[in-house]
Amino acid sequence: MSSIPALVVDNLRKTYGNGVEALKGVSLTVQPGDFFALLGPNGAGKSTLIGILSSLVNSSGGDAQVFGISVNKQRSEAMRLIGLVPQEINFNQFEKPFDICVNEAGFYGIPRRIAMERAEKYLKELRLWDKAQHQARMLSGGMKRRLMIARAMMNEPKLLILDEPTAGVDIEIRRSMWQFVSGINAAGTTVILTTHYLEEAEQLCRNIAIIDHGTIVENTTMKRLLSKLDVETFVFDVAGVPGELPALPGVALRRVDEHTLEAEMARTHDLNSLFAALTAHGITVTSMRNKTNRLEELFVRLVEHGRQEPGRNGQEQAA
Amino acid sequence: MSNASANLVALSTIVRREIVRILRIWTQTLIPPAITMTLYFVIFGKLIGSRIGSIEHGYTYMQYLAPGLVMMSIIMNSYGNISSSFFGAKFSRAVEEMLVSPMPNWVILTGYVAGAVARGLSVGALVLGIALFFTSLHVAHPLITFASVLLGSVIFSLAGFVNAVYAKKFDDIALVPTFILTPLTYLGGVFYSVKMLSEPWQAISRINPILYMVNAFRYGVLGISDVNVGVAFAVMLFFVLALGAFGLQLLKRGVGLRS
Repeated sequence: MSSIPALVVDNLRKTYGNGVEALKGVSLTVQPGDFFALLGPNGAGKSTLIGILSSLVNSSGGDAQVFGISVNKQRSEAMRLIGLVPQEINFNQFEKPFDICVNEAGFYGIPRRIAMERAEKYLKELRLWDKAQHQARMLSGGMKRRLMIARAMMNEPKLLILDEPTAGVDIEIRRSMWQFVSGINAAGTTVILTTHYLEEAEQLCRNIAIIDHGTIVENTTMKRLLSKLDVETFVFDVAGVPGELPALPGVALRRVDEHTLEAEMARTHDLNSLFAALTAHGITVTSMRNKTNRLEELFVRLVEHGRQEPGRNGQEQAA
Repeated sequence: MSNASANLVALSTIVRREIVRILRIWTQTLIPPAITMTLYFVIFGKLIGSRIGSIEHGYTYMQYLAPGLVMMSIIMNSYGNISSSFFGAKFSRAVEEMLVSPMPNWVILTGYVAGAVARGLSVGALVLGIALFFTSLHVAHPLITFASVLLGSVIFSLAGFVNAVYAKKFDDIALVPTFILTPLTYLGGVFYSVKMLSEPWQAISRINPILYMVNAFRYGVLGISDVNVGVAFAVMLFFVLALGAFGLQLLKRGVGLRS
C-alpha cells in the first residue's frame, strides 16, 4: 500500500461571506486504507471541510492534499481520486438510476461502455438493479442514499467521503450499506465517514477526529479515545429485584424497574465483585449491556468541555 | 486516458444528457414553439400579410417574415433551454455532480451551450418546415445562413447560462425573456424592416443586437438586409467572445455555485 497519506489537511480555514468562521485552521492526516470517522455536532464545520475537499467550497486559507495532490493547485487530478456521497440528495430525480451512474462516470471521462458495466455492477451490489430503469424520484429514501453510494463508486475512487450517508435510513438498509462500504474499505479504498449514529463510527472506524466550532478537539485512534472513558454504566436485566440492593464501594447501583438495575462504576472496577454481591442478594442476572454508546458519552464530554473552556469559540473576541 | 479524451467523453455526456432531456419533455420543448410560430404565420403572414403585398425586393410579407420568425424561435429556445436546464440543475443540486468531477469549466459551459444550440436548431428546423407550408424559400447564401443561425444560437445560449448562474428562483429565469428578450426580439426587425422607421427610431434600433442576427440570417436566406452583413457578423462574434469569457469567469469564481 502507498506510503503517501490518503489525505493531509493543512491549516485549512474558511470564513463565509457573512463573517462566519467555519474552519479555524484545521489540520489532520488520514492514512491510506483507513476507515476514518469525522465527528462533530451540527454546525461544527464537518460539511465545510468536506465541501473544500470536494471543491464545492472555496477555502480561505491552507490546503488539502489527496494522495499528495493539492486540491487547490491540481483540482482536476485530485478530484479523480475522490468519491463523494453528500448529505443531501443531489441528483436529477427525473433521471433513471442507471443513467445517473453512467453520466457520473462520463463526467470523470470514463468511456460509456465501461461506465455501463460499472453502473450495472454497483447498482447490483447495492441492490438497486431492479430499479435501474425507474425514475429516481420513485425510489425510497434508503434507495436514494444507496444510489448516491453507487454513483460515488463510478470513478472507483481511492478516497470515498461519506457525509452522513445513513441519515433517516432504516436499520436493515443501514447495515447493508455498511457491509458494502466495509467491503470497499477492505479492498483498499480509504473511507472518511461523518455520521450522527456514533455506534456506527465506533464499530466501523479505526481512527477518529472530532471537530467543534471549526477546530479539531480530538484526533486519535478509536481505541485510544475509548480508553479515555473512565466511567461506564451497565444495565442488568434481572429475574427480580429485592427490596434492598447490595452496597458496593465504587459502584452506584440503582433500581430502574422490577426487572432492571443500573450500575455506574469506574472502567477499572472489576465486575466479579459486583456479580458476587448480586448473587449473594439472590439477584439472578439474565443479561447485561452498556447503557449508552461509549463513543457517544465521550463525544458529549469533549464537545461540552470545549464549550465551557474560556477563550474558545470566539469568546475572546466577544469579551 | 489522456485529458483530451477524458474531456471529450465528459463533453459528450453533457450534450447527450441535454438532448435526452429535450426529447423527454418534447411537449414542452419542441411542440409549443411550433404551435406559436404556426399562429404567427397564419395571422401575420397569411391573413394580414396578404393585404401588405411585396415588402422589399419583390418578396411577399410571408417570405420576409419567415427568416425573422425562424431566428426568433432559435433565439428564444436556445435561451430558454439553457436557463431552465442549468438553473434546474442548480435548484436540485444536481449541478454538484459536475462541480465535484475533474471536468474543467470550459467543458461544462460548452456542453450546456451545445445542448441549447441543439434545441435552438431543432426548433428552427421545425419552424422552417412550417414556413414552407405557407411560402417558398430559396436559400441565397447557405454558409451565411448556417453561420448566422449558429452564432445567434450560441450567443443566446451563453446569455441564458449567465441568467441561470445568477438566478436564485425560477421567477428569475422568466424575468429576462419577458422583459428584455421578447421586446428586443419584436423590435429587432423580425416583423418589419427598420428602414420603414423614421429617425431617431432607426438609429435606436441599431443598438439592438438582435437586429444584426435577424438581418444576417435574412441576408443568408433572401439576400436582403437592413444592416451591413460584415458588421452583423462582427457584432455576433463580439457577443460570443464577451459572453463566453464572462460565463467561464462565473464558473471559475463559482458565482452562485460554490460557497
